[in-house]
Amino acid sequence: MQNHLEVKLGKKTDRKGPVIFSEYKRGEAIKKALSMSREDILFELKDSKLKGRGGAGFPTSTKWMLTAAAKAEKKFIICNADEGEPGTFKDRVLLMEYPELVFDGMVVGGYTIGAQLGIVYLRGEYEYLLKPLEDYLEEMRKDNLLGKNILGKEGFDFDIEIVLGSGAYVCGEETALIESLEGHRGEPRNRPPYPINTGFLGRPTSVNNIETLAAVSHIVVKGGKWFAKFGTDKSSGSKLFSVSGDCEKPGVYELPWGTKISELLEIVGAKNAKAVQIGGASGHCIPKSQFDRTLAYEDVPTGGSVMIFNENRDMLHVLKNFMEFFVDESCGQCTPCRIGNVKLLEGVEMIEKGQYTFAHINKLKELGRTMQLASKCGLGQSSPNPFISILENFKDEIFNRGNGGRNGR
Amino acid sequence: MEDKKSLRAPVSQKPHVVPKPEHPEYLGGSITVEINEKKLTVPFGTTILEACKQAQIHIPTLCHHEDLCVAGVCRVCVVEVEGMRTLQASCAFPITAPIKIKTTTNAVRKARKHIIDLLISEHYGECYSCFRNNNCELQSLAKEYGVDHYNFGHVTQPRYEVDNSSYSVVRDMDKCVLCKRCVRTCIDLQEVGVLEAIDRGHNTHIGTFFDKPLAEVICINCGQCINRCPTGALRANDPRDEIWAAIDDPTKHVVIQTAPSPRAAIGEEFGQGAGKSFTGELNTALRRIGFDKVFDTNFTADLTIIEEGTELILRLYKALVKKEIVALPQFTSCSPGWVKYLEHFYPEYIDNLSSAKSPQQMFGALIKTFYAQKAGIDPANIVSVALMPCSAKKFECNRPEMNSSGYKDVDYGLTTRELAQMIKEAGIFLPEMPQSHFDDPFGEASGAGLIFGATGGVMEAALRSVIEFVTGKRVEDVYANADITPVRGFEGIRYAEIPITEVGPVPKLLQHLVPDWNWLKGATLKIAVCHGTANAKKVMEDIKAGGKFSECHFIEFMACPGGCLGGGGQPIPTNEEIRKKRAEAIYNEDKSLPVRKSHENRHVTELYDMFLTDGPCGHISHKLLHTHYVKRGKFIA
Repeated sequence: MQNHLEVKLGKKTDRKGPVIFSEYKRGEAIKKALSMSREDILFELKDSKLKGRGGAGFPTSTKWMLTAAAKAEKKFIICNADEGEPGTFKDRVLLMEYPELVFDGMVVGGYTIGAQLGIVYLRGEYEYLLKPLEDYLEEMRKDNLLGKNILGKEGFDFDIEIVLGSGAYVCGEETALIESLEGHRGEPRNRPPYPINTGFLGRPTSVNNIETLAAVSHIVVKGGKWFAKFGTDKSSGSKLFSVSGDCEKPGVYELPWGTKISELLEIVGAKNAKAVQIGGASGHCIPKSQFDRTLAYEDVPTGGSVMIFNENRDMLHVLKNFMEFFVDESCGQCTPCRIGNVKLLEGVEMIEKGQYTFAHINKLKELGRTMQLASKCGLGQSSPNPFISILENFKDEIFNRGNGGRNGR
Repeated sequence: MEDKKSLRAPVSQKPHVVPKPEHPEYLGGSITVEINEKKLTVPFGTTILEACKQAQIHIPTLCHHEDLCVAGVCRVCVVEVEGMRTLQASCAFPITAPIKIKTTTNAVRKARKHIIDLLISEHYGECYSCFRNNNCELQSLAKEYGVDHYNFGHVTQPRYEVDNSSYSVVRDMDKCVLCKRCVRTCIDLQEVGVLEAIDRGHNTHIGTFFDKPLAEVICINCGQCINRCPTGALRANDPRDEIWAAIDDPTKHVVIQTAPSPRAAIGEEFGQGAGKSFTGELNTALRRIGFDKVFDTNFTADLTIIEEGTELILRLYKALVKKEIVALPQFTSCSPGWVKYLEHFYPEYIDNLSSAKSPQQMFGALIKTFYAQKAGIDPANIVSVALMPCSAKKFECNRPEMNSSGYKDVDYGLTTRELAQMIKEAGIFLPEMPQSHFDDPFGEASGAGLIFGATGGVMEAALRSVIEFVTGKRVEDVYANADITPVRGFEGIRYAEIPITEVGPVPKLLQHLVPDWNWLKGATLKIAVCHGTANAKKVMEDIKAGGKFSECHFIEFMACPGGCLGGGGQPIPTNEEIRKKRAEAIYNEDKSLPVRKSHENRHVTELYDMFLTDGPCGHISHKLLHTHYVKRGKFIA
């Protein structure tokens, strides 16, 4: 994972957005937060209705409230920078261009939950960001934004460390991430217990996505009510989307929650899209007929990955690619995920060769349902999603392939 | 990370231990849950699986094992918890709220069946060519869920090579279901840490350091992983074919020694409940199979006590009277798993190990010398087999230094499971055999040798002799029925102090070594007992740190939980209840014997009169009955 890229932090382009990409000055949130009580910060967060941006959408105020309430000598706040979902790169943009938002958010989090240490679990592939980010943290220490008695706040000591991952997709799952941080094999833990009371080194730990922390910085400065003005009732604020695939302007976009898929496609210049994979490999594949659905926790939830496929793409090939990814990236711990994904991939290969029966494909869909229910963590629980949604939404294309009349019966 | 301490087992393989309330009857101490619409009150923190057991609701399990920490990986035990989106593994879910559980819904049944189908699709081999046929948890699950065909296909080619590099443990990873019981046994129960999952996704497999052969890593051969493997992926290195060949060869004189623990457990292989010894029946069965002589390992256990006890006395004498520097505390050396553990993990302490061989190896050396001479048989034609509860004994008899008779002292170590198989092959139903005695010249042994099989047994046997040697009093006058209860039990580490208030005359056997006992008067003998290498590690770390165990004089170590009766060659399954019953069987047999102290075994005293003429720890005994050890360390080439 060597990378000789010389990277400098800072803004590359003039990004525009209502919330995350709005004006912000380094240290602003910390200064404001330290003048507030912890309870007031939690109330602001509650007002903002901010939900976790990793994809699961757990209310951040609840997570912090529970971690703050847990009784322990030591607590931790972990920034999940293991951006591993295929098709997402918005966290990298935040780290490179808006590190102040992320780190200030962590300091605010540390103050709110009572943690002394924040850990950034940085994706192994982002090793080239390590040095510049560490330099940035050093700057913060110089300015007393980190360290002892931060900005003169007596008794508030907080520091941030960066730890590199080793490139396993599953380590984006918060408990596998913690296992990896502890030096073990990256395997998800049994839940309960949740990290909020038994996390890193057995201590209360809040694991937050980069984008969540960036949003916190804005909320603290501008208020929860301001944040909640954007988006929909159940999905407040805005969202960063990593747009890739068949479009004219791929990249990172900030759009308010509630944007229609068709609107997003227009903005990015995607003509003749026939499908959009939302939420990465483990997300859902939306066919053209459903492009009027909205991007929101209540309709199509996402961690931000948007992959666009045009008319020329073979959806079975797309599905095969996703399933190969899961076969490789399953941690191998639990049966449904370890073996189930192999069986689903075999099913895709059978369709590819035209050697299948519908009875078998239906059996695999049922297996997929079991995987969703019985797998140990979110990886196995969501890995059958593309299998089920692509075979359902593109059945005409997939089952009427030109393969010498050897279609299944 | 400032306070990052290394934990042996990852938390992903540990249960959420919710401390159970001391008084569940107090307010908040217990919770009422609903299982299949039936109400049940359980202590706070009980797992769903435990609660279902209390409610007599059967939940299938595979990766769960009572001796081990929770993994929650096989997912066979999933149940529905109202309000939760996904199914929950009942083995790993602690009850902390009044939840409603359903164990037989359509989703649950379907999920379990799917999981079993998936496991079988990857399980290479056929049941009839597997030693675990009829005692396999995967097979039972398949039967329980009515698997009648391969729903998701079946592997037709092996993916892994069988690793039979080790004298003790054979690994056939094509039969592995990745329940990780062996991993948890090795890393958490035994704290050795040889096995771990390697690779990920579909390539995940259980392997050793850099996938090296088991013989080349720091495996201590305890075989605890075999006892806990649900399938046939792990087994002991089986010498049955060679033994049958020797029996069938008329030029070979095949003798077998039987250890007490297999005798207390072999009935389990014949459908008998745990807790009954079949010593007499086994003697008859072995003769009918074709063994020429059947000897009792307890005889050399008695001999071990004399040799090891004398060694202890000599070490103490050197330390206290001659003021020489000697290694103390003295560690027992009967458990070959423990010996190899120490050689790997604490090589700097090998001088503390008693140089006395284990009973198995002492017997081996005597059979091909003393017995061969007496019976007029060429030792080259003797095939010496040892029935042991242990897989490490197979390694021990193959140690290069174990040939003091001029031949390989013990030719084959045979486990309880393997012998049971031989008995079945011979068409014998063991429990119905008439009883018979052991063969001379070693005859019956004492109860002291017998209790070697249970943790604390070696210590108790040694104390029965040492107390009588030193004080001249009968041990029955000190401990009722000569049951030295402070060293008994299943607690992981036991510690006791025995003050020596009066001393007697030095017995004849030891007169050439110490002039009198006055130097011991007023002293306090400090002893400890521990079983399982995880406990051994605690004791060793304490010794290293100069804690209370460093002041001990004598410590008994057994590699396996429960001692030999819980050994890696014993019948499967194992759990604490079964081990306790085996211990009962052993202590009951001890109670029934006329001679219960090693030094009162007349055959042992005869042996010193006739053969080991320069006494315990003399030249002859040093040549035949003592050994040396290797500083192995943890370096893996």
